[in-house]
Amino acid sequence: MRPKMPKKVLLLGSGGLRIGQAGEFDYSGSQAIKAMKEEGIEIVLMNPNIATVQTDERLADTVYFLPLTIEFATKIIEKERPDAIFLSFGGQTALNLGLSLEEKGILKKYDVAVLGTPVDTIRNTEDRDLFVEKLKEIDVKTAISRGTRNIAQALSAAQEIGYPVMVRAGFALGGEGSGMVADPKELREKLEEVFRNVDQVLIEEYLGGWKEVEYEVVRDRSNNCITVCNMENIDPMGIHTGESIVVAPSQTLSNFEYHMLREVALKTIRHLGIVGECNIQYALDPMSHEYRVIEVNARLSRSSALASKATGYPLAFVAAKLGLGYTLTEIKNSVTGKTSACFEPALDYVVLKMPRWDLAKFEGAATRIGTEMKSVGEVMAIGRNFEEVLQKALRMLNVGAMGFTAQKNATFSIPNYKKEIRFATTRRIFALGEALRSGVTTKEIHALSRIDMWFLDKMKHIIDIEKSLKQKRLDAPRLLEAKRNGFSDAQIAVIKRSTEEKVRALRHKYGIRPWIKQIDTLAGEFPAKTNYLYVTYHGSEHDIGRGVNQVAVLGSGPYCIGSSVEFDWSCVQALKTLKREGSNTIMINSNPETVSTDYDMSDRLYFEELSLERILDITDFENPKGVVISTGGQIPNNLALPLERNGVPVMGTAPENIDRAEDRHVFSKMLDRLEIDQPQWVELTTPLAAKKAAKELGYPVLVRPSYVLSGAAMSVAYDEKALMKFLKRATDVSNDHPVVISKFIENAREIEIDGVASKGKLAIYAITEHVENAGTHSGDATVVLPPQRTYLETIRRAKASAKRIVKELNITGPFNIQFLAKENHILVIECNARASRSFPFVSKVTGYNFIDIAVRALLGKDVHADYHTVEIDTVAVKSPQFSYSRIKGADPIHYVEMASTGEVACFGDSYSEALIKSMMAAGFRLPKKNILVSLGKEENQVKLLPSIRTLSEMGFKLFATEHTADFLLDNKVKCTKVYKMGRKNKPNVSDLLASGDLDLIVNVPERALARNAEDGFALRRKAVDLNIPLITNRQLAESFVSAFHEICTQKIVIKSWDEYRAT
Amino acid sequence: MKLFLEDGSIFEGESFGANAPAAGEVVFTTGMTGYVETLSDPSFAGQIVVGTFPLVGNYGVPSSELFESEKIQAAGLIVSEYSPTYSHHEARGSLADWLKASGVPALTGVDTRALTKKLRDRGVMLGQIAPHLGEFVNPNRENLVAKVSPKEKKVYGSGPIRIIAVDCGMKENIVRSLARPEVTLTRVPWNYDFSHDQYDALVLSNGPGDPEMCEITIKHIREAMRDGKPILGVCLGNQLLALAAGGSTYKLKYGHRGQNQPCIDVTTGRCYITSQNHGFAVDAKSLPSSWEVWFENANDGSVEGIRHTSRSWRSVQFHPEANPGPTDTAWIFDDFLQELAGRRRITIKI
Repeated sequence: MRPKMPKKVLLLGSGGLRIGQAGEFDYSGSQAIKAMKEEGIEIVLMNPNIATVQTDERLADTVYFLPLTIEFATKIIEKERPDAIFLSFGGQTALNLGLSLEEKGILKKYDVAVLGTPVDTIRNTEDRDLFVEKLKEIDVKTAISRGTRNIAQALSAAQEIGYPVMVRAGFALGGEGSGMVADPKELREKLEEVFRNVDQVLIEEYLGGWKEVEYEVVRDRSNNCITVCNMENIDPMGIHTGESIVVAPSQTLSNFEYHMLREVALKTIRHLGIVGECNIQYALDPMSHEYRVIEVNARLSRSSALASKATGYPLAFVAAKLGLGYTLTEIKNSVTGKTSACFEPALDYVVLKMPRWDLAKFEGAATRIGTEMKSVGEVMAIGRNFEEVLQKALRMLNVGAMGFTAQKNATFSIPNYKKEIRFATTRRIFALGEALRSGVTTKEIHALSRIDMWFLDKMKHIIDIEKSLKQKRLDAPRLLEAKRNGFSDAQIAVIKRSTEEKVRALRHKYGIRPWIKQIDTLAGEFPAKTNYLYVTYHGSEHDIGRGVNQVAVLGSGPYCIGSSVEFDWSCVQALKTLKREGSNTIMINSNPETVSTDYDMSDRLYFEELSLERILDITDFENPKGVVISTGGQIPNNLALPLERNGVPVMGTAPENIDRAEDRHVFSKMLDRLEIDQPQWVELTTPLAAKKAAKELGYPVLVRPSYVLSGAAMSVAYDEKALMKFLKRATDVSNDHPVVISKFIENAREIEIDGVASKGKLAIYAITEHVENAGTHSGDATVVLPPQRTYLETIRRAKASAKRIVKELNITGPFNIQFLAKENHILVIECNARASRSFPFVSKVTGYNFIDIAVRALLGKDVHADYHTVEIDTVAVKSPQFSYSRIKGADPIHYVEMASTGEVACFGDSYSEALIKSMMAAGFRLPKKNILVSLGKEENQVKLLPSIRTLSEMGFKLFATEHTADFLLDNKVKCTKVYKMGRKNKPNVSDLLASGDLDLIVNVPERALARNAEDGFALRRKAVDLNIPLITNRQLAESFVSAFHEICTQKIVIKSWDEYRAT
Repeated sequence: MKLFLEDGSIFEGESFGANAPAAGEVVFTTGMTGYVETLSDPSFAGQIVVGTFPLVGNYGVPSSELFESEKIQAAGLIVSEYSPTYSHHEARGSLADWLKASGVPALTGVDTRALTKKLRDRGVMLGQIAPHLGEFVNPNRENLVAKVSPKEKKVYGSGPIRIIAVDCGMKENIVRSLARPEVTLTRVPWNYDFSHDQYDALVLSNGPGDPEMCEITIKHIREAMRDGKPILGVCLGNQLLALAAGGSTYKLKYGHRGQNQPCIDVTTGRCYITSQNHGFAVDAKSLPSSWEVWFENANDGSVEGIRHTSRSWRSVQFHPEANPGPTDTAWIFDDFLQELAGRRRITIKI
């Protein structure tokens, strides 16, 4: 008997993107919505991530852009009265929220059924002790672990388990005090120190060097259970799977091992009683058949998104159907349209996932990788041998790597390679290349890294091919061999001291072109209906023929700081509009955590590199009538000119005009000619000239390289020494392009125009305003729409400048212009002739889909109409989502270089309401009692005095550090003076932090824009590590206090997106 | 060396096995692991196996007690990429060395996807791995079972439950699955007449080729049925049991070979992922009324198992013994043994 189909379901999203929880949940949530819509279920979605596809119109019936907290969720349930809830499509955030709703009895009170995996099962997988207990019942092995409370207990536990053992300090932050211990002597020494700080230490079986393998498992309510995919980490145990390079399917497991672990997976998942999708992770001894189950994730995860893209099996869609009561045998395989979904995909290709880190953005951040996740995104390469996928993936990262070897950029040469192999860093893969090139044997590398010899031998094969390419003539067989092993034309050019164009020409002369192959879940056994494609040199025929009437959209590549779901959202909108306007669509992207790479989003999906070579391979074959490069962010944008030079029909703004906006020097000259104001600027020629120019402009100055996203290597220099340091960084990042130095204007506000133009004429625009003053990168700023503090005259002037720029660059399609505003004065600082990250925000707030309009403009349609984007009755605020807790050692202050990993946005009837909600949606908790204030620089103290006084009047207990306290007391604001951490005096900030009583820290550093490592850094870092809400920007602090004073949460009304739009 | 197909197409590749030509029926298998088990499976006798998974050889070849028979049974192997380097704690040598020592040719560098699609569209074809085109040989015209079946009977164990297993090319893992302390397993040649032996049950193994070649075996099965002996058939055994019951078999266009075939137990609705390797199938319509379909393929609806409505006669088309492939249906052996134990009023540890 099938359970009754729910009528109304609440779906919990995952909120802002952060490390460990990225765009994959937009994919899973969107698929869940599709699955439910087919059943005619009314869907209520709660997710403050406005840049997601799942929160689009016409997907869920009702959308709430609200913080994912128990209070807000309860109010939504009270109001909407759903009869069921899905917890497993919004990552750990949704799962935790669901568990607390259940614990607090909310679900029971309002009679809300949990769909899919039951709550008890979830709890059994989340609680370590329960989990071990459950698995013991069926003789499934878990890592042996003993909790100990003193040295004697620990020693006896270690004795029992056998050395070496793993020591884990229970509940210690950041894994402090954890590590491998080889003998009792070492254990005793270590524990003497560790037990001083913690009560409990776990002594565990040491599994370092074991293979790490995972399976994605699907089970239905009738106990049908399958494994959709298995994956093997190249980096063995000890490195978080999110930090590991992963291959699918496993490559070094024998049939026995593969199916032994599969059998354990089915047995475990059945015993736990999961309904839907989950993931099980193993450690497997490379020298025997011993295994340990590490964990089970009873929800859709990053791994399941990867498995879904790697196999073509729509895991999230199927999981949603199973949650609704279907059985696996009732669902069809959507790729073939006729075979059963109750099967296990057979791959006839290899997949490799590579993490994308962005730690260079954070000075001081440790680059060591280990048991904690730090990567911000990932790429997936598909091919037919390991060498091919490894090299493809390294290029897909878009960090400037040519592949595994033959780098152009000096950043990939690692002098101390053995150390970085032994103690893995984010650059380990390049260290491996360096070692192999230097002749270190694979055996020695294996001893250092424990990476399986099979992988190392394949890596060595790449180096061997490089050597033979170097020494011998580039004849057809040698070139084909290189191509089959993943060498790009540009990479071969580096080896042969030639150019990419010449290698390409030679390759075509030899008739060496890649083949287009289809992913069909069944290794060719049945014909596929969908066109999920990859490109390889292993083949002798194409799987498909050339398409007709096609437009290609270039995706955004891996998520990284500055490029996140917003661009995927824009690409998805572009695909939808193109389809609606009658074109067949081609999507090209390399990021498995996206919706744009869903099998049903485009007519043809190429899961491929966003490189000139690969796009030309595809356009040579497909001959599309146009290529959209303006929705995927900076990566496709930078390809515009090279593509056009190769005869590819780039749609919209002419690539040379895109380039005029990108090239800081050319752009600044253009503004001068148009008599549009901009900060005084100078192009860098020599360091000496730069010094001279900076002196003339007057410090502080802004150093800006061209063609970069998210302000990479953009810096504010307050003196000459800093200037020289930043110049070097800027030239490293963007060597071929000029660097511009401009006057940094302090205390200016920043506003942005997002818009669409057609043939040089402005069609639609939206003006947003930053809460923080200029100097905070626009991606890290709190953004308000409609503007609250900007004069109409300023808006008029900004619009006038925008019109002139649009005309001069003859823009067709999306664009974004950033301005500084001081009084009524407007200065243009930047223009991008592409969609910016705020396009989803302005689209959803104004009610006009800017990408839809832009794409129609690209197609030559008339898009001019009477749009109303300034007079809006509600207020929306977008807040940045930071991931500092994951980036140890980084200073959590606002800066000109972007640091946030995602964003959220909320609506309100007033600015205050929207701001409070939005901050809470990004993880901020409202203070209840104790607030610490530490303000550098008198200006900050003076300007924030009214705000602090308000907090005091609201009844908060204030603590302040030395000078701040003196200042406040002088001004008759009651506070307790505490000494800075560096001092021995009491009361001390350290004690206050340790007490756990602080609800909020307001720390505005003296020089908000200079990277400084002083006492303030230690305080901010502690705030992050101890999960205490922190505000470091003066304007944000002011805005927050005034909003907080005006609004208390009880007064916050729960309104859906539709309700805001109806007003 | 090249692969020549009977339709005239030629696939070029690089030889990595024995430097000897081979002819046979070209079939593809979609399993992603288990090349050792596949190559040593006697059901592949006379066949040139195309692996759809592109990387083969990664974990080398273990010692022979882990094989499914004493040697490579397939006539040849075609892959996209052979991995000359291998890594595994059980490896005793490389796949290339094993192929060479067994005199079996193999090609790497072939577009196995293109080849698979050809076989899917046109059905399995005859082919040959050779430097030059020679004679095509249709292995289904000869009695392959007679070739791979042992000449002598062999006894395993000394338990109270006496099982006769007719070895038509039996995989070792069927023996491993049945040999328990409570069992005496007598492995007999395909044409062995067991009608005068003392035994409790009959097992019919997997094996290569056209089931209709095994007339003698079918006759013996009918005798066992007359004596009311419980019977369990696997793969070819399924076809033989159907033929003995009066049903018929037919050749599938390109067979089922892989480790991901979903089979539904029609009585419970439960779906199992099974390991398969067969080119012939039982025709459901041909079954006498006292027989029923037990398992059905969830993809194409073909018969995956049959059983008698009242007698203890049953068989499956897939491989419950796995090796290679999933172990989901190992319970079929357990159930059979439990039932035999019940008849003898003993308990058996599963």
